[in-house]
Amino acid sequence: MLEVTGLTTKYGAISALRDASLTVGAGEVVGLIGPNGAGKTTLLGSIAGLLPIDSGTIRFDGNDITSGAPEKILRAGLSLVPEHRRIFADMTVEENLKIGGVTRSGAERAELLDEMAELFPVLRDKWDTPAGYMSGGEAQQLAIARALMSKPKLIMMDEPSLGLAPILVDLVFELIDTLRAQGRTILVVEQNATRMLRAADRAYVLRSGEVVATGTGAELLDRSDLFDTFVGG
Amino acid sequence: MTELLQNLIDGLGRGSIYALLALGVAVVFGIMHLLNFAHGELITIPGYLTYWAFNQGWNWWTVVPLIIVSAVLSSLLIERVAFSRVRGASDFTLLLTSFGVHFIVAAGFLLYVSASVKPYPRPGWFADTIAVGSLNIEVFDLAVIVVTIIVLAGTTWLLQRTMFGLALRAAASDFDTARLMGVKSDSVIRGAFALSGFLAGIAGVFWIMREGQVTPTAGINPMLQGVLAALIGGLGSLRGAVLGGLVLGLAEVLLRSWLPVGIQNLTTGFVFVMIALLFIFRPGGLLSVPQVERV
Repeated sequence: MLEVTGLTTKYGAISALRDASLTVGAGEVVGLIGPNGAGKTTLLGSIAGLLPIDSGTIRFDGNDITSGAPEKILRAGLSLVPEHRRIFADMTVEENLKIGGVTRSGAERAELLDEMAELFPVLRDKWDTPAGYMSGGEAQQLAIARALMSKPKLIMMDEPSLGLAPILVDLVFELIDTLRAQGRTILVVEQNATRMLRAADRAYVLRSGEVVATGTGAELLDRSDLFDTFVGG
Repeated sequence: MTELLQNLIDGLGRGSIYALLALGVAVVFGIMHLLNFAHGELITIPGYLTYWAFNQGWNWWTVVPLIIVSAVLSSLLIERVAFSRVRGASDFTLLLTSFGVHFIVAAGFLLYVSASVKPYPRPGWFADTIAVGSLNIEVFDLAVIVVTIIVLAGTTWLLQRTMFGLALRAAASDFDTARLMGVKSDSVIRGAFALSGFLAGIAGVFWIMREGQVTPTAGINPMLQGVLAALIGGLGSLRGAVLGGLVLGLAEVLLRSWLPVGIQNLTTGFVFVMIALLFIFRPGGLLSVPQVERV
């Protein structure tokens, strides 16, 4: 479904990402782990069209989406839950969700709003509250719900458990399980490596901008040479 | 008491025009961090069209829509020709570009029309007043206030209730994230310029009526008042822009009436001193927009 080949992204002279390749198949949950500064966020940002790419190709559903504008990539069916959630703080929960569904028709948007209210009871209770007043866990759920509003074929999440209390981290992983059960395709960047490897079908390990290992979650958990990667994050 | 009320209405009338100008400045600033020093051209260009139209035998009934439509089209044209090329550039580059647009438009009218003042008739009811008790209210002030209330209500509805409004607010709050949601950057920026032009057009109708003449630099004063009012209110805040406009209008009128007779000409200077004091105590303006990133 998603096919990234030889992706290189630079910040000035420094390569944040070197020749990175990965694939995500339909219905898979794929994890992307590695220490801070490994290039995980850069990789998602490059796929989503937020960062200029130096070389490499990104194909999605058979179409070349390399260096497309973010709004075009979203329309192709790829949605990103950005790092730090980036919710619109001065807009209400409902307004945030509506923006998430900006590419959908009015009727479809209304259906999706109902769906989100059901999937995220916390949001239903705060429907008319400015999103800036929500706690970190609530905001994270809003960020995920907002990304689902576009009916993505693939949803990418950047550090969804970052800064959350342990009980809310559980909630995020339960949510990933729920979304997997719905047959959704998910690519998750996580600092919580062991946890992610247990939740994912497959994973990629990134270090200093390069993919250094890949395999099923169980295979990677057995690799003692990657231990520093797991605890390093 | 009567004098105070009279001044308040006068100040609100003046402030309403500033509020519309400031709101237009704030809408564009919010979306692309451009402090638009070419906003006054949205008065200059329709001003010259007004002069032209009266020479063709038009009247105010047809000139008013001409002013509004031409302000919207000028705003879109300036975006297309100038600002779309510097999108994403530094704030300073954007600022210089807007100065450039101002000077080019002014020079264009100077070279190809005339340096001299071009007059046109004010509407017949311009100086009419209505007596309410002991008050003599100018019809013009009343018209400005009523129209401004209607336009602000409409703008609020647009921003709160339509998908375009939501997209505009989302893009103003976080442009990249709005694009990640599928908001088209071209559409939302052009929409912001169209709205800014429309608001300038409404303000322009009254500004142009009141002036009764146009010159190549006619846009400087409305631009300054609009930018100042947006700064007073807190750049980026739409409510702040409206509040800033009203405060600026009231300050001008009240100061003029309170200052001793000999130094009334210094009103503008006193207004600037007050603005300087405001920025010492509230550098972000009255309703400053918090720049906190939530984690």
